[in-house]
Amino acid sequence: MPEPETLLHVEDVRRHFDVSPTALERLLQGKNRATLKAVDGVSFTMRRGETFALVGESGCGKSTVARLVVGIYRPTAGRIVFAGQELARLKSRRAAAPLRRRLQMIFQDPYASLNPRWRVKRIIAEPLRTHGLAASEAALSARVAELLMQVRLSPADGEKFPHEFSGGQRQRISIARALASNPEFLVCDEPTSALDVSVQAQILNLMKDLQRQLGLTYLFISHNLAVIYQMSDRVAVMYLGRLVEIASAERLFTVPRHPYTRLLLETIPSIEMTGREREPVAGEVPNPINPPPGCSFHPRCPFANERCRRELPQLIDVAGTLVACHAAEEGRLPVASGMLRPG
Amino acid sequence: MAEPLLRVENLRVELPSRRGVLTAIDDVSFTIAPGEVLGVVGESGAGKSLTGAAIIGLLEPPLRVAGGRISLAGRRIDDLSPEAMRRVRGREIGAIFQDPLTSLNPLYTIGRQLVETIRTHLDLNPAGARERALSLLREVGIAGAAERIDHYPHQFSGGMRQRVVIALAIAANPRLIIADEPTTALDVSIQAQIIALLRRLCRDHGTAVMLVTHDMGVIAETAHRVAVMYAGRIVELGAVNEVVANPRHPYSRGLMDSIPRIGGRRERLRQIDGAMPRLGEIPKGCPFNPRCPEVFDRCRQQRPDLMAAAGTEAACWLYDKARLPVRQTLNART
Repeated sequence: MPEPETLLHVEDVRRHFDVSPTALERLLQGKNRATLKAVDGVSFTMRRGETFALVGESGCGKSTVARLVVGIYRPTAGRIVFAGQELARLKSRRAAAPLRRRLQMIFQDPYASLNPRWRVKRIIAEPLRTHGLAASEAALSARVAELLMQVRLSPADGEKFPHEFSGGQRQRISIARALASNPEFLVCDEPTSALDVSVQAQILNLMKDLQRQLGLTYLFISHNLAVIYQMSDRVAVMYLGRLVEIASAERLFTVPRHPYTRLLLETIPSIEMTGREREPVAGEVPNPINPPPGCSFHPRCPFANERCRRELPQLIDVAGTLVACHAAEEGRLPVASGMLRPG
Repeated sequence: MAEPLLRVENLRVELPSRRGVLTAIDDVSFTIAPGEVLGVVGESGAGKSLTGAAIIGLLEPPLRVAGGRISLAGRRIDDLSPEAMRRVRGREIGAIFQDPLTSLNPLYTIGRQLVETIRTHLDLNPAGARERALSLLREVGIAGAAERIDHYPHQFSGGMRQRVVIALAIAANPRLIIADEPTTALDVSIQAQIIALLRRLCRDHGTAVMLVTHDMGVIAETAHRVAVMYAGRIVELGAVNEVVANPRHPYSRGLMDSIPRIGGRRERLRQIDGAMPRLGEIPKGCPFNPRCPEVFDRCRQQRPDLMAAAGTEAACWLYDKARLPVRQTLNART
């Protein structure tokens, strides 16, 4: 059983998509069925009040994990337990509603995620109506005004349409809508990736303030390691549908264990690195429909050996870090050089 | 410093609209030397991509160049006929855009597209052009070039496509490359490969590069000098290490401070409140004055031009000679 302070428990979750060619193509051209294992055996636990980050390159499955957690997708296998209940087991919308209220999501694109024909007050009021959270129209308006102020917009902004706002202001509206139903848990899928850095700083600061005021728990998804460093308590690194490393943010950036984590840390362009000559790592993420056998990172890994090409590594504890790497387990990795000095 | 290859003087781009003529680029001047990478940073809408588009003559109407001059190797190019400009593009100036798919024709093999570009600009027979196409693909790091040359764009990954676009851009040995967010659509590990490639081309061929991006990390690692743009103007221009480590303009300083860093305090980020003004709402005086923490009267009245600011050039009245004491306290900050 999860510990009492555990808010979310994800256990060996898989989500596979059927990406087969059409029946006709299979028949006429002899093509085979194909399965995309977007998420393939992911387990982690989140404590109440923490920010847990998922980082990885596009196509690694991090957004699929986000959608599984909020219940947009059902898992193909495995369990997702939120506050002691499994969302995927609740059959009717009505049965799921009380749980959904507590679990909300902020999306990457503040242009696509707001209905352009609705006034902002209606957008923010929608979750309140859906969950029957306002006793009267007056109470509804008061709550919408309060939410707008919470995200540092003015109540008068409720009368406007989304197109009258900049990207950063739209993301504030998305946050206000997500907060409307008083959730405990927010899934934030690349919340600032579409924003300019100066606006990004405003939104990240707002998210930190709200977390402190409202005791929120964040599942924070990003490909930007510097943003992850600023925001997260713990970080999970994802590669081709699996978690390859989980550690506290300090530990991950000080002593990265998995060779893929090291590659990520090595390659981020950094303003501290003016004019540095770097040796870019060769290779690309392989096709997830046909991943390599054994450890899926082995074709790009400088430390791969026969075992890595054959046997899928499981997450094991190495000095407080969970890492899925045979080389780390066998102690044949050289000492890591993180971005931070130890201590 | 070598004689500049590209010289942009007092460039002004206007957008006629119902509310009157809006100024999208206002009095922008800079140069790029052969073999130099000039980074142009700023928020979306600051005018960095428009500046690039104006140079290669690809402004979308009704946007138009309304003033200033642009010269390439001493020859004026902003007043060329569309036909003459088409010859300059590709032959003398190569372009790389954010999304490699928009630069490639999905119906032709990459070899055919390369050969066509090469033969348009260079006097080579089909076999010679194909030879050159192969060597270009090898140069940009496409493995198995002999086989890959006959593949279609959709058969390449995003990073490989961007390499093909770079091969197209350098096909005729241009003297200047305008790269507009060339790594933004790519994953970080691929980004690093593309940055290294751009730098190598620049070093090996003496190509000048104008690198437009909002990613300060990419600029810091690639550029020699940086121009920071805000509301259609260059607010700071200087050597990359100066601008990154010790920005002089209050806007550049705010921009640098708001970048999340690995290793900093994990507290609140410094933020610049408010937002960049839209076109048509640019305030009188310094366009940054309503958001500036160091604003004073003159900033609200008079528009500052670039002036020497202890190592870089900044468009900021703090660096006016008459206010020398203030400048000294600013430098003492670091």
